[in-house]
Amino acid sequence: MNRQRPPPTIELATVMLLAGLLALVCASFFSLTIKWGELFTADALRSSLEFLKGFAPPELAWSFLTKIAQGTLETLSMSALGTGIAFVSGIALALPASGRFGVAARPCTRLMLNILRSIPELVWAVILLIAVGLGPFAGTLALAVHTTGVLGRLFADALENLPAAPETTLRINGATPMTAFVYAALPQVLPQLMSYTLYRWENNIRAAAILGVVGAGGLGQMLKYHLSLFQMQQAASIIIAMLLMIAVVDGVSFWLRRKLTGN
Amino acid sequence: MMLATVPLHHPDPAWRGRVTAMAIAVILLWPMLVASEFKPWILLDAQSLKATWHFLGSFVPPAHSREFLLMILAAAWQTIAIATAGLALALLGAIPLTLLATASLSVSLMESGHMRLASIFVRQAARWLLVLLRSVPELVWALLFVRIVGLGPTAGVLAIALTYSGMLGKVYAEILESSEAHATESLLKNGSGRLSALLYGALPEAAAELVSYTTFRWECAIRGSVMMGFVGAGGIGQRMDESMKMLAGDEVSAMLIIFVLLVACADLVSAFLRKRLG
Amino acid sequence: MSFVLRGISVRHAAAGHKHSDRALKDIDLSIAQGEQVALVGPSGAGKTTLLHTLACAHCAESGEFSIFGLAAWSMKHAERHALRARLFLAPQTPPLPPRQRVVTTVLAGRLPQWSFWQAISSLIRPRDADAAYDALARFNLQDKLYARVDRLSGGERQRCGMARLLVSRAEAFLVDEPLSALDPALSLQVLATLQQEAGLRNATLVCSLHQVDLALSHFPRIVGLRDGHIVFDAARKNVTAEMITALYRNAEHAEPDDLVAAQPHTHIDPQF
Repeated sequence: MNRQRPPPTIELATVMLLAGLLALVCASFFSLTIKWGELFTADALRSSLEFLKGFAPPELAWSFLTKIAQGTLETLSMSALGTGIAFVSGIALALPASGRFGVAARPCTRLMLNILRSIPELVWAVILLIAVGLGPFAGTLALAVHTTGVLGRLFADALENLPAAPETTLRINGATPMTAFVYAALPQVLPQLMSYTLYRWENNIRAAAILGVVGAGGLGQMLKYHLSLFQMQQAASIIIAMLLMIAVVDGVSFWLRRKLTGN
Repeated sequence: MMLATVPLHHPDPAWRGRVTAMAIAVILLWPMLVASEFKPWILLDAQSLKATWHFLGSFVPPAHSREFLLMILAAAWQTIAIATAGLALALLGAIPLTLLATASLSVSLMESGHMRLASIFVRQAARWLLVLLRSVPELVWALLFVRIVGLGPTAGVLAIALTYSGMLGKVYAEILESSEAHATESLLKNGSGRLSALLYGALPEAAAELVSYTTFRWECAIRGSVMMGFVGAGGIGQRMDESMKMLAGDEVSAMLIIFVLLVACADLVSAFLRKRLG
Repeated sequence: MSFVLRGISVRHAAAGHKHSDRALKDIDLSIAQGEQVALVGPSGAGKTTLLHTLACAHCAESGEFSIFGLAAWSMKHAERHALRARLFLAPQTPPLPPRQRVVTTVLAGRLPQWSFWQAISSLIRPRDADAAYDALARFNLQDKLYARVDRLSGGERQRCGMARLLVSRAEAFLVDEPLSALDPALSLQVLATLQQEAGLRNATLVCSLHQVDLALSHFPRIVGLRDGHIVFDAARKNVTAEMITALYRNAEHAEPDDLVAAQPHTHIDPQF
């Protein structure tokens, strides 16, 4: 029965799947009752334009700029510290999650990492606000907790895909599991782990910028404050500062990652 | 800091660099700790421990009355609907921008003169628009739209549509450019238009990657639409914000459980889609 | 006595291995402290498995086994692990992390003697760079002290593994094919250094070799292994050319599937 294969046809299941997707999209639009009218009437357009015009010119008074600088520093610190903590705790949790502390610990740790990961930073921040109060510390912890979940899983996968021979050799020769890990496994995966972490940092700077809207410090808090007072020029300066900060962090992270993989 | 008192005969050439790097790290770390008000002992403070304990204690049992669950399910559906509708609109925006921004799909590159300059200008403008759209965080878009269209899911849909059209557009352009340029180029040279060059040249090769990235973004959009609820854009996030303000731990824990399940389901569905369409 | 084996059998880790289901069958072997023994035999004879068994890397299926007069497998696993610090197994292709520096790789031989924090501090600043330098110098590698492992050639890596052996505090060296990536002149130097070091410390040296001539000219005692059996175990002067020919007769000259046999260490004693 080695006939020539028929020309590729789209399977029935795929068609059903596409139809299902289309139905999902239609149902979404239908159930949301989006106020198209309010968007596209002449009146709405005029008021939107007026709203946008309110942004210009951005507030550039010196005293306000120093406030923005402070907010930027706060946001940067939150993201950097949160990512740093997550890097350390991610490695610590990746050890059991890669099966290094027995068969039972692996699925348990993975489940925990998945839960940490699937709750967004913002929700963590809201919960942590109760424990540590308003301010950037809650934001830092929220970033750390969520990022631990993300990095822990990536790290565990990296550790599981590693050639085991260097580590086992050290252990056969009498090194303890921890020192064997530090001397044989870690040097092999470290560049990869660092590059994952830098990626996450790029992500976390965006998250840190917005965590403030629930009261967790940084530029987001300033933005929410000025928007709620309809001070659009100040809001414009803050948004511009956010964009600049994100661009700079992306650049630094790109440069660092290239240095890491370069040699 | 000196670990050995006897001078080594074979000093480590990297030692000086390491000391410098550590010093710089400490100097940088200090203002960061100050700026982020890093005081971990707050966690162990008696009063905050009590508040945390009290709040966590109210987590069990999760709220499970019938009308509450129905309300949560409606909110969860709204969250999914916001993400899906937002992503659908984002696709509508991303596809034309991708076509404009992709260099390998350009007809005019093969020509010269004014057409070429104009096309370079349009392409750059499209790229910058994509950069702007995706650089402003979705939550900021949501905050702005809540001011324009008022509270409710419309702001969330628009915010996702704008941010994700920027993200999708950029990555689509990258995927299309990195996929074999040869087929596209020969089609363009033989006089086919850019749309048919896309459909018959670049698309078949890149389809799997495009689908996989889009489903990944759909997952992200679901998380994003939860977050936007916290600024008043509807869905499960808004309900969670309300319960949180009333410190109703049982409702919060029920919503967290629903939310983790929701994300896990989105994970499964997108894995399935990738396998099926990839 | 360093090692006493009575009726030791070891099963292959890789199921469905073509030779037989057991890599070692009913091995009887005693090696005194300070003795120098060469293991010879065709590929797949079980040399690597025997070395791993001696290194306490896996438990034998049956038989009695003791190291330094201690029954290793009836000890608690912490005690057994402490015992492993007195042994040093050098695998054939030393698995060294490519991005590590040579000095760290060599000093890893000291890990059993270091506490966790000492091990960490040595990563930041090598604790005994001079010892690593001296060990490397005995293999003409002193210039590579601060080079990275992935910049070394295969032969240099092999000698790097031997330098790790020199800095260790082991009382028994179990060396698997130390000369496989070396030219004849370097082979002689490495073998001489190993034997000299073992002699100085009164350490036991068990070395598997493909080069039968080198084994016969350097080692006082030769053990011939084939298909998991000990074919002969004799002093050098009693080993005849016929014995050697018989050992290698009709042997499959396939790729060294000793490497396959070397794999059991991945799921041996899961606790160590």
